[in-house]
Amino acid sequence: MTPGVTQAFWQIAYIVAALCVVLAIKWLSSPVTARRGVFAGELGMLLAVIGTLLRVGAVNLQWIFIAMVVGAAVGAPLAYLMPMTSVPQLTALSHAFGALAAALVGTAEFYKDLAEGHPTVGFKMFAIVVESLLGYLTVTASVMAFGKLQELIPTRPMTYKGQNVINLTLFVIAATLGIWMIVTPAPVWVFPSFIALSALFGILLILPIGGGDMPTVIALLNSYAGAACAAMGFALENYVLIIAGAVNAASGFILSVIMCNAMNRSFTNVLFGAFGQAQAGATAQVAARPVRSATPEDAASILAGARRVIVVPGYGMAVAQAQHKLRELTDMLTKRGVQVDFAIHPVAGRMPGHMNVLLAEADIPYDRMHEMEDINQDFAEADVALVIGANDVVNPAARHDKTSPIYGMPILDVDKAHTVMVIKRSMNPGFAGIDNELYYMDRTLMLFGDAKSFVGEIVKELPKN
Amino acid sequence: MSTEIEVSLYVLVLAVPLGLELVRRVSPLLHTPLMSLTNAISAISVVGAILVVGTKGSPKLSEVLGIIAVAFATINIVAGFLITDRMLKMFKKKEGGK
Repeated sequence: MTPGVTQAFWQIAYIVAALCVVLAIKWLSSPVTARRGVFAGELGMLLAVIGTLLRVGAVNLQWIFIAMVVGAAVGAPLAYLMPMTSVPQLTALSHAFGALAAALVGTAEFYKDLAEGHPTVGFKMFAIVVESLLGYLTVTASVMAFGKLQELIPTRPMTYKGQNVINLTLFVIAATLGIWMIVTPAPVWVFPSFIALSALFGILLILPIGGGDMPTVIALLNSYAGAACAAMGFALENYVLIIAGAVNAASGFILSVIMCNAMNRSFTNVLFGAFGQAQAGATAQVAARPVRSATPEDAASILAGARRVIVVPGYGMAVAQAQHKLRELTDMLTKRGVQVDFAIHPVAGRMPGHMNVLLAEADIPYDRMHEMEDINQDFAEADVALVIGANDVVNPAARHDKTSPIYGMPILDVDKAHTVMVIKRSMNPGFAGIDNELYYMDRTLMLFGDAKSFVGEIVKELPKN
Repeated sequence: MSTEIEVSLYVLVLAVPLGLELVRRVSPLLHTPLMSLTNAISAISVVGAILVVGTKGSPKLSEVLGIIAVAFATINIVAGFLITDRMLKMFKKKEGGK
């Protein structure tokens, strides 16, 4: 091919790739077309890679090829072997990898220009500064989030005195170094220091965040990784990178806003990583109030007599891997003519949509899963609300108790159901460390035990009714 | 302001609202797959990595960083697309659609 033809080819490949990215998200809007969306995304990626390989010609081709084979050899087992309950961890890890790639490219560009004797300044350096800051920050923050999700490091918020002051100071220093490099070629130590500060900032950002706040954080890191990619597009003057990065950044941004709204937290609160603070202060006050507990036999007979049951799953269901037993229970109840629905709070679990994926894994049809706004009015008509491993998202205190840290958070109105059954391991308060008055209501039955085995026992008892 | 920067900014100001609009339409049912798909797509940064490695005259340091970036971006691409598809395969409308 002549250079002109080659250029036309990769330019067209890039344009089609950008179109594929847009179509991928468009088709993902509905479960019916979603897999087509994945295909469009894959096609776009393939075109972008082929186009780029044509563009660069034959330089270092063998190394690029080896790196890709290694990457694929690591990535494929990662995707197939991870259990579905670990999707939040895998996603966090994936953000770290993607952000690391973006950050390394920024670094490589910087040193390339330096070696060629024209140090980067001005607009290109601005792009590299943004790319590196968000890139390295996302790498360490995502690894920290992975550690918390995998419970390698404590999931409770870690706070210390002057945390925000230290974070802010670090950020100001990093920003100053960044501006210095943009304005004029800075001494050699500045760029590495800037990288180190960005990475450190990422770690400090995640320390004060508790497990229950992970959905917001993961969405935010998703957004940062996309923004780093878009910044790279500016540095390299590559539009397909800008489009893909911007779409990803927008996606993560919207998801984190949805998560914030679902927890009644302001977005600025999240941006500065100050959340988790309220919870750290709220110590658990486990009052010795009486609760009504029930056996699997009791639960089975109540469920057998119900006409409508609404199940509210939470992170506890994921931990106990109870979704498959829950599916058995759902099948049995459905056969007996009971209408079973699933009510899913936006922040249930550890990432947006976490519960839907687990229920889908257990073959529960998606038209049985309902969003909070769609099902909340139905609780009043439900005979049983079955809460499995959810806590704060069903705490009525959020509606009326102004002193509660979760006051104002939209909740699922399970307390309106005729009977409330809560499967829970013990009376220990949930992540937010807040006692739940739902448990002390007259119409509430506490089912103490592991979610999976308890549901299993109900399944065994049900035929006897 | 050079033309390149101007065009880049045009692309950005069009892409962001488009992205917001597209994502707003995605059902909360599919928020997890959405996240893993966009994550896979953001690994299109592999393009930048290949450009750094594949351009003549890059210093050794940049080449090495670029190759590492290609590997990590590829992990992200492969894992991201495969897990998205694995999740979406599970979403069924009717019972017993195994």
